[in-house]
This record gives sequence, C-alpha cells and structure tokens, in this order.
Amino acid sequence: MQKHWWKVLSVLLITYSIIAGFLGEVPARDILNESIRNLYFHVSMWFAMITMMAISLVYSIKYLAGFKRPFDNRANLFAEMGLIFSFLGIVTGTVWAKFTWGAFWTNDPKLNGTAITILIYLAYFILRGSMDDRDKKARIAAVYNIFAFVLMIVFIGILPRLTDSLHPGNGGNPGFSNYDLDSKMRMVFYPAVFGWILFGVWVADIRYRINFSKERIETWKNDILNHLH
Amino acid sequence: MEKRYFKSLALVFSVFASFFASAQEAATRPEMADAMRADGKIYVVVAVLLIIFTGIVVYLISIDRKANRLQNELNELKK
Repeated sequence: MQKHWWKVLSVLLITYSIIAGFLGEVPARDILNESIRNLYFHVSMWFAMITMMAISLVYSIKYLAGFKRPFDNRANLFAEMGLIFSFLGIVTGTVWAKFTWGAFWTNDPKLNGTAITILIYLAYFILRGSMDDRDKKARIAAVYNIFAFVLMIVFIGILPRLTDSLHPGNGGNPGFSNYDLDSKMRMVFYPAVFGWILFGVWVADIRYRINFSKERIETWKNDILNHLH
Repeated sequence: MEKRYFKSLALVFSVFASFFASAQEAATRPEMADAMRADGKIYVVVAVLLIIFTGIVVYLISIDRKANRLQNELNELKK
C-alpha cells in the first residue's frame, strides 16, 4: 500500500475535481457561461499531455546516455500516454469550440499547432514500427523524440503566442491568469492537472510492466529457438 | 406645496429608475445554470460521473494487479 500512495492521490484529486468542478463557484461570463468548467477537464488533458511528453523526453535522454533498454521502453510508453491525452484534448476541444466559437474546427494557430504536434508524435510510433533491430530502433527513436519535443514547444507554446488566437493568453487575448482564472478556479484546476498527470504515470507504469514481461518472453523464445538450431 | 410635489415625483422616478436598472442588469448578466443548482439536479450528474470514474479506476486496479502477477511469475521462472 505504501508503494501505491500516489495512485490513491491521483484518484482522490480527480474525484475532487469532478465534485468541485461541477458544484464550485465559477465566474459568470458571456458566451462561455457554464462551459467555463471545461477548463478543469479539457485544459487538464493538455497539461497532462505536455508532462507525459516531457517525461518521455527525459527517458529518451537517459537512454542515449547509457543505451539501457528499460529507458527506451519507458520513453515509448510515456509518449503513447501523451498521445492519448492529446486525442482526448483535441476531441473535447472540438466540442467546446462548437458551442463557444461556433465551429468544431477553426483555423486557430493553437488548433493547427496541436494537430501538427499529434502528427509529429504519430511519426514517432511509425518510425519505431518500421525498424526491426531493437537497439537501432531505440537509438533513432530517442533522437527523434528530442526533435519532436522541441517542435511541440514551438507549435503549441511559441507560435500561437506570436499571432492572433482565440485561445486565452495568446495574441493579445488575456490569459486565464489575468481575470478568468480566479483563485477559486485555481483551487480546482491545479489539483485536476496534478491528478491527471499521476493517472497518466500510473497507466504508463502498467503498460511498462506488461511490455517488460512481453520482451522477456520474447528473449526466452529466441534463446530456445537458437538452442534448437 | 410645490416643493413637496417635486420631492414625491423624484422619489417615484428614482424607484422606477432603480427597478428598470435591476431588470436590465438581470437581462445582461451571462446565463448560468442557476436553476439546475436550485433544483439540486446537478448532483445527479456529479453522481453519474463519479460512478463512471470509479468503474474505470476499479478496472485499472485489476489490470495493475494482473500485470504485477505476470511480472512476478516471469521473475520466478527465471530463478
């Protein structure tokens, strides 16, 4: 149980964000109305995604430092978890956009930036899938992952801020920090983000253990086959 | 006499003005789901979401345990 306290914390934080997210007080704003509560759920997905990609990047760098396979596996699975969060973010974003901006998809620089980011990370998995040599695959994937992370920061962190965007905090639009995200909303938003990050780490950890077992079976199978020949 | 007349007229006018102002304020205030909260029905939505989330977490815990068991079995085989 002591080993699992952070999993419990994750569930508690998300549960709190669901309860306080619906029942808590929010500022009344035109157009947004009650949908301002989406901040707790939609924006959390993006924060969790960026964190997953950052953890993946750290493991990729660790892999390149000593070429130890477990680091490569972790990098791969955290990128996968990040991709899942990004899908959830983009789908929930289209729903929110439809009812506040009037269309499922707008040519907002942040939307196009995230779409490009998703494609960049999809290419990471295609790259992995296209190589059979386990170590070669790991090395090229690790280098590509660094490149992908930098591009993600450019596309969703820098470029939308330089042009006009419908998103708060971009192109002269005031950020949530200015007035929308009042202290009451912060008390729900940050726990939600932290809860979802821990949740992502949990799922990636389970995936890692399954992957670990799969690779071990694979090695044994090859050993037995080599023995027979 | 004339002074009192003006006074009462001003009073009537100010009452009207304040009434009109509050009516307009109500019309321009962004619409929120106040009725939903007043009826107490929002709790139903929260309850449903919590049940769904609990279900997902219980399932995730069972997957977590299965992955652990698999890893432990393989570790024992190695010995």
